[in-house]
Amino acid sequence: MAANNEPSISVDNLVKKYAGVTAVNEVSFTVAKGEIIGFLGPNGAGKSTTMRILTGFIPATSGTVHICGIDVARHPEKIKRHIGYMPENNPLPDDMRVLEYLKLRGRLKGVSRRKLRSRLDEVLEVCDLKRASRRIIGTLSKGYRQRVGIADSILAEPEVIIMDEPTIGLDPHQIVMIRDLIAGLRGKMSILISSHILPEIEMTCDRVVIINGGRVVAANTPRNLRREFIPEKTYVAELQGSRDGLFSALDRAGLDLSIESISDGENNGFFTATFSTKNEEEVGESLAEALLAGRRYRLRSLKRCEPTLEEVFMAATRRSWDVLMPDPKPKPKKDRDPDNGGGAPSSSPERDSSPTPTPST
Amino acid sequence: MRHFGTLLRHEIRILCYAPATYIAAFLFLIVMGSLFQWVIETYNQGTQETIPWVVFFQLFWLPVFFMVPLLTMKSFSEEKRLGTLENLMTTPAGTAEIVLAKFFSAYLLYLLLWGITIGFNFILFHFAQDPRLIETGPLLGGFIFSALSGLLFIATGIFASTVTRSQLVAGILTFSLLFGMIIGSRYLSELKQLETAYSVTLRNWIDTLQIFQHAEDLSRGVVDTRAIFFYIFGATLMLTFSTLVIRSKIWRG
Repeated sequence: MAANNEPSISVDNLVKKYAGVTAVNEVSFTVAKGEIIGFLGPNGAGKSTTMRILTGFIPATSGTVHICGIDVARHPEKIKRHIGYMPENNPLPDDMRVLEYLKLRGRLKGVSRRKLRSRLDEVLEVCDLKRASRRIIGTLSKGYRQRVGIADSILAEPEVIIMDEPTIGLDPHQIVMIRDLIAGLRGKMSILISSHILPEIEMTCDRVVIINGGRVVAANTPRNLRREFIPEKTYVAELQGSRDGLFSALDRAGLDLSIESISDGENNGFFTATFSTKNEEEVGESLAEALLAGRRYRLRSLKRCEPTLEEVFMAATRRSWDVLMPDPKPKPKKDRDPDNGGGAPSSSPERDSSPTPTPST
Repeated sequence: MRHFGTLLRHEIRILCYAPATYIAAFLFLIVMGSLFQWVIETYNQGTQETIPWVVFFQLFWLPVFFMVPLLTMKSFSEEKRLGTLENLMTTPAGTAEIVLAKFFSAYLLYLLLWGITIGFNFILFHFAQDPRLIETGPLLGGFIFSALSGLLFIATGIFASTVTRSQLVAGILTFSLLFGMIIGSRYLSELKQLETAYSVTLRNWIDTLQIFQHAEDLSRGVVDTRAIFFYIFGATLMLTFSTLVIRSKIWRG
């Protein structure tokens, strides 16, 4: 068992090579007790391989993994008692009924017969599987199958849950259900979850680990990752007035804002202007005051835009590709942001283009 | 071995639901029934040296060639094809437990099917009413041979299913290995090259591996401990290989 302050998952310099190809390269991260971690990366980044090593299903070439303080390489059988694992594509036996399957899994995971009945009731309830408990797994829809996989992974109340793409192929209702289900486990179990549905990760996870080309390229809270990879703050205003006078209005107010774009068309006499700044401080109020000063402009709306996790993910992975596969022709240097590149292990702060921020409400 | 019982019950249940099991059972009973009828008809035509059961057990290879592949081809290959082996291997159940559970479930079914052929005995007695036709010694010896040889045959089938994802390939591989074991050893013993003085030891070894000879000996009531050792050792070896293959597949990733 892990000591109170000991992380539930501790990965240190993990390397996995297949026939000369390095699938996982010096990956290190930790998951604290009760924490939910999103594990992101493009296809072939090494997510599933890392997860399989964590479960003891495949060994690492080098590096160490500790689950609840137990070395996975030395005691692969022991750590299996502490893990609930849902593999990629959620393979299930098609010829078993849901209840039969979960009973079998419970027994294999060492849940006593007496406890198993109550646990099955709980898990079927939580995963909304009661109505489907007598159905044959082979006849279930994708959503139900995913729920069976999740029910299996939480059945024995393990300290660590590892889920490889649990929301893949689900409809929005089911995604919300699974998200709530995972969020409900916060504080009780440590969860490592990989997904391509980034808003789900952002809403559910305490921290995000982004992996690309077998390396960890970013690991932080979604908020800090935004600061790290897309430090610009963006504001979108709907204005009525002179387009040409915007620069001077900003100058007069002494705001360190640049104008990213001004819309050509008008909507009921209003045009849209996008401003950006690399300043840490919030300048929304000052911007509104500057625009309204002297009644030169009518302001219909002003929004601060947060970059989405998708944009952070794209920026982080693009940056890592720049490092992994550098362009043979040197590019002209651009201005660097001093705040950029703090957390990623291998950073090339140069970005070809900033992703377009999306307005947040 | 905490999970062996749970796994065995699960495997028996899977076998009971699998159509291949019923096809194997149906074919086995049809073939064995026909063989038994042929043996009885042969006995009707003239006096024979042995009782019908000795001849019946001498034909063990015929059902073994199709029944063992049908009973074992699904065990690991299907799990690998579906990916459910990953689910199974990430539970606290050990690899050896999983292999043994699959082996014993198939073996118990194999024994059950051979056990059903005891019914032929009662049918024969019912119609013939001749106690000379039913001698318990050869009958018991024959079934001991089936039980012993079944250990090796089923273990071979389990091993074949660990090396492939395809049930068909597993079935063909099992058939080939059994053919080599049963027919190949007989062919080797008849090789003239082994009749020289230098190859006496080798020939003795090959004679020890003669499955046909074991069938004949045991159904005549002759118990050779070398044969018992051969089947138990062979089965253990095959199951050890199966465990290693499953583990090595994992280690290879």
